[in-house]
Amino acid sequence: MRTLTLSDIEFLVFAVRWTLLLSALAFLGGGVVGIVIALMRTSQSIILRVLATSYIRLFQGTPLLLQLFLVFFGGDLIGLSLGPWISAMLGLSLNAGAFLGEIWRGAIQGVSKGQREAARSLGLHYGPTMFKVVLPQALRLAVAPTVGFLVNLVKSTSLASILGFVELIRAGQLLNNATFRPFLIFSTVALIYFVICWPLTMASRRLEVRLAQAYRR
Amino acid sequence: MNYIFQFGEILKPVNFDELLWGMLNTLRLSALSMVLSLAFAIVGAMLRTSGPKWAKAIIAAYVEIIRNTPFLVQVFMIFFGLPTIGFRLDANGAALVAMVLNGSAYTIEIVRAGIESISAGQMDAAKAIGLRPLQSFRLVVLPQALKVMLAPLGSQFILLMLNSSIVSVVSADELMAAAQDVQSRTFRPFETYIIVFVIYFIVSMLFQAAFALIDRWAFARTEEQR
Repeated sequence: MRTLTLSDIEFLVFAVRWTLLLSALAFLGGGVVGIVIALMRTSQSIILRVLATSYIRLFQGTPLLLQLFLVFFGGDLIGLSLGPWISAMLGLSLNAGAFLGEIWRGAIQGVSKGQREAARSLGLHYGPTMFKVVLPQALRLAVAPTVGFLVNLVKSTSLASILGFVELIRAGQLLNNATFRPFLIFSTVALIYFVICWPLTMASRRLEVRLAQAYRR
Repeated sequence: MNYIFQFGEILKPVNFDELLWGMLNTLRLSALSMVLSLAFAIVGAMLRTSGPKWAKAIIAAYVEIIRNTPFLVQVFMIFFGLPTIGFRLDANGAALVAMVLNGSAYTIEIVRAGIESISAGQMDAAKAIGLRPLQSFRLVVLPQALKVMLAPLGSQFILLMLNSSIVSVVSADELMAAAQDVQSRTFRPFETYIIVFVIYFIVSMLFQAAFALIDRWAFARTEEQR
């Protein structure tokens, strides 16, 4: 056991970059999965809709920690050792995809049906109809809940520590093992998370209010 | 892919029973923490909407702090942090406290939204027919708010149940900890986690169905009266 020094706190603060990087990559991956899921959920084909719905159900109906473990150990199945970093990123992306897919489905369905019909009657195919007409309008509806979801995603990255990936919480644990000052260390960790998440929460709330005002007019 | 699945080992009674016990513990832990957090949340939401100014501020701060930090940190704070300032809890106690603390913050917001959705006229009317504030809250506002709250409370319960897997890190008794125990005994992590995945999924689907039924039964009469 040794005493806690200033450089230890610095170590903790710099571990934030892994939390942020993991969040960003998971958001990117989740965004790709999410848009596919959202388009499948709103498509004409029943098969695609059922597939997307089951995907969402599966990921929202089981614990994220378990999903991360499955990805982690699932790599061995195909003879790949994924390691904590890749499996955390992959697992979080797949999970975020389900939640973002559901959020964006709501946004797509929030755009009035007439827009879609008008685009189709102008002779636009499915691609241009969605990407040039519907999605740009859906974006506006999607921003507030998506920012709100980001808070969840940042918090979820803490579970990567259980796989052994050294992000903020794992750094805190390592530091705690050496110095045994759990109260101080974990409250610092909590404070750092709060500093990241709270502005996002506030932004999401403000965006929501602004959107509601825009619709009242 | 030349992996050979071996589910047989995990489905042996000695291992599978442990998983089933884990599931029961998960259910007990989540049900207990949901009931406790709902009780705290009703008091909290009342203070938040109509308490004194300092109480409003404290509740608001509590909700923001819990909602903007990961559950895992909260578990660590309670299990590792609290003993250093004199509160020692065993793993199961710490798990329950963490879940109630976390669940209350989210439930307060749900209850508050439910209460605020009831128009102020209802409270005025209750006052006008001579009910005291607490009576009018209990007899007039709460029953109506419950209807609005039921769906979000249902999903909050399922979220809490799924989140309870995280308390396995301090080795509290529940399904995820049982899974880790079984996989370390059988050396079959993937198969174990697949089976646990199915168990969690079935449980959350059952709860979803149960809440839908409660919604239909409990509020069937209020629909007819309108």
